[in-house]
Amino acid sequence: MTDAAAPHEKVMPESEAAPPDPTLGIEARPELHKVGMICFLVSEASFFSTLIMAYVIFLRHGSETGPTPAQVFTLPLVLVNTAALILSSFTVHFAEKALHAGKTAAFRLLWLATIVLGTGFLVGTMYEWNELIHTHGLTIGVNMFGSTYYTLVGFHAFHVTIGVISLAAVLLVSLRGELRGAHPMPVTLVGWYWHFVDVVWVFVFLVVYVVGR
Amino acid sequence: MATAEIEPTPAPAASPPPWTATLHEWLVTVDHKKIGVLYVLMAVVFLFLGGAAAIAMRLQLWAPGLTLVPPITFNQFFTLHGTTMVFFVGMPILIGIANYAVPLQIGARDMAFPRMNAFGFWTTFFGALLVYFSFLVPGGPPAIGWFAYAPLTENSFARGPGVDCWALGLIVSGIGTTTGGINFIATILCMRCPGMTLRKVPFFVWVMFWTSIQIVVVMPPLTAALTMLEFDRQLGAHFFDTQAGGSAYLWQHLFWFFGHPEVYILVLPAFGMISEVVPVFSRKVLFGYEFMAAATAAIVFISLGVWAHHMFSVGMSRTLDLFFVAATMLVSVPTGIKLFNWLATVYGGKLVLKSPMLFALGFLSMFVIGGLTGVILACAPIDFQVTDTYFVVAHFHWVLIGGTLFGVFSAIHYWYPKVTGRMLSERLAKWQFWLFLIGFIVTFAPMHFAGILGMPRRIYTYGSDRPWEIWNQIATIGALIQAPSYLIFGYNLVVSLWKGDVAGDDPWDAWTLEWATTSPPPPYNFAVVPVVKSRRPLWDAKHPDDPDWKYE
Ligand code: HEM
Ligand SMILES: [Cu+2]
Repeated sequence: MTDAAAPHEKVMPESEAAPPDPTLGIEARPELHKVGMICFLVSEASFFSTLIMAYVIFLRHGSETGPTPAQVFTLPLVLVNTAALILSSFTVHFAEKALHAGKTAAFRLLWLATIVLGTGFLVGTMYEWNELIHTHGLTIGVNMFGSTYYTLVGFHAFHVTIGVISLAAVLLVSLRGELRGAHPMPVTLVGWYWHFVDVVWVFVFLVVYVVGR
Repeated sequence: MATAEIEPTPAPAASPPPWTATLHEWLVTVDHKKIGVLYVLMAVVFLFLGGAAAIAMRLQLWAPGLTLVPPITFNQFFTLHGTTMVFFVGMPILIGIANYAVPLQIGARDMAFPRMNAFGFWTTFFGALLVYFSFLVPGGPPAIGWFAYAPLTENSFARGPGVDCWALGLIVSGIGTTTGGINFIATILCMRCPGMTLRKVPFFVWVMFWTSIQIVVVMPPLTAALTMLEFDRQLGAHFFDTQAGGSAYLWQHLFWFFGHPEVYILVLPAFGMISEVVPVFSRKVLFGYEFMAAATAAIVFISLGVWAHHMFSVGMSRTLDLFFVAATMLVSVPTGIKLFNWLATVYGGKLVLKSPMLFALGFLSMFVIGGLTGVILACAPIDFQVTDTYFVVAHFHWVLIGGTLFGVFSAIHYWYPKVTGRMLSERLAKWQFWLFLIGFIVTFAPMHFAGILGMPRRIYTYGSDRPWEIWNQIATIGALIQAPSYLIFGYNLVVSLWKGDVAGDDPWDAWTLEWATTSPPPPYNFAVVPVVKSRRPLWDAKHPDDPDWKYE
């Protein structure tokens, strides 16, 4: 070690200055949360891609036993469900717009509408599964169609459930008057998550109910 | 030391806090440095567990027809050994070291999401416990191999809950790893200190960024595949149940789509560690930083498209085989670029042969051999011949030990003074290094020959009419040479805490920010947020007359 100041010594003189601000660098960076959310959504996309791939692969194999997609799907119900979910992407979008414009009441109303639409979607799925299981005898174990269908649609519905709960939590915070500013981070992030769940549904819908039928 | 004066000396009367308080502090910590240390400690414990299984297997293979380890136990041991080393040693130790080093190297106070960081560690840890819980269930641990090929994992072949412990444990720890990846990306993108553009980050940080991208993209498919497996086993689905229309082939694709990038997740951080150590101990800047950076990104992208080189013998199609041969060959190009850049860094340098550099040189010489056997295996016709033999075992131990583990030891010897404020004993480190290097070569080199002579992997014994005995005996001797090196390492880690020389802030005369703060660093890392102008901020500070930023 010839070519430098003697080791074992403080090399950055500034860092001897005192008092450290313990929060420095953490709270001051709002974009952190956005980056984190984007990464999380990428991992989610990767997860759903795998499930969708599996669905597509077993589509070709056909079902030796038990019901087939063509026999069991009732499109009207699914279309209503899909419409509800797509509509909810608009309500959440306009809810954010309203908040940016300072219209809290409109924000809460539209946000509530999103929750209602999301819940409606889940109720619709419940009806659909009920019919599939009890009328058509399609269960997860009956054939490959059942295995892949319930896994894919089930995981999506699970994500919708998480979404509805998060939306409700944000609404609660807003009702208690604790949502500050025109661009509160929870609203943005839950909004993103909700759009993501909707986009996944568009793919699921196309693969399962349009192409796969 | 300059800092000693400004820190208030504790009152002599104050008794040390009770051990329960210390324990509590460590259990609830969200400090990236403590979490990093916890990761590394966890990994070291599991290293010894996985190593014990390995020694048992090597003893069993000493001679034909031994009955030391019964067949079922042997199968359980190699399953646990592989799973442990990949998921509970390799990943935690790399993520742990990065957890410690990355925020310091970028001049940040902590990771982006400290609580999620703690969550990541504890899920990883409990996932590991869940896998080991299988010792307590009927039927014992799984006997399915670390890649758990279907339909061996289905109810009809693996009746006990061991496979469920395994799958659930990996799901849980995989979620922890994914949160770790997310955390690193957010940290590296958003928390760099003023002046540190993405082009000026220490190379280890750059590598962790790309490793994290890989983690975020490939861990979820593994989680999905394991979930499907659990749906098969618990809910009666048939994804991988070949008797009911499921596909064993699908499992292979899903597993290796994760599995190949996983091996790069295990080696890229080691590349980063080497890229920190080699320049400092050659007293030169890293040669070709930009090329190294681009090569890292290239490796990440290409390695997402080579997974089926693990599946040549499955009988894909000629086209697929050719594609994956070509893609695999391609990935060795950026890997080669890196190797030559490290060599160019060493070349003409004033080498300082301290322990971190020894391990780094071990890495440079050993990893290249593993890379070469990889390229050999990537030729499908050769692979048809030697797949599932000891040749493959030799290849991947050569890259995982010769690459990852040498890198990790180099990094631990490099950063231990920062973490503890004490130097590791150089004498013990040299003993460890030579026993490890020699033991490693003696263990795994003969496996190439056993493999070419047709010895299948994962057999619990072999007939005396086979030409394999001598190679197995050499390998077992090698394992016995290696074993004490790990013990010396563990001993050195513990004893140096008290006996080691006081390190000072910057014992290696290094150039990145972690050496600008005290050893160990205070909870807040830097009293004043550093401002940097070049890739070697400490060089600039030490040489105001000739700073790097004039040239970069
Ligand atoms: C130059 C780059 C590399 C090439 C071309 C390469 C190629 C291959 C090929 C073709 C196989 C499949 C052999 C078979 O199962 O028949 C293989 C297996 C393996 N490689 Fe590599 N490899 C490379 C680098 C690495 C690195 C850097 C690591 C990890 C640090 C690694 C870890 C593994 C592992 C763990 C396996 C075996 C998995 C198993 O079957 O259990 N490889 N490699
Ligand atoms: Cu591979």
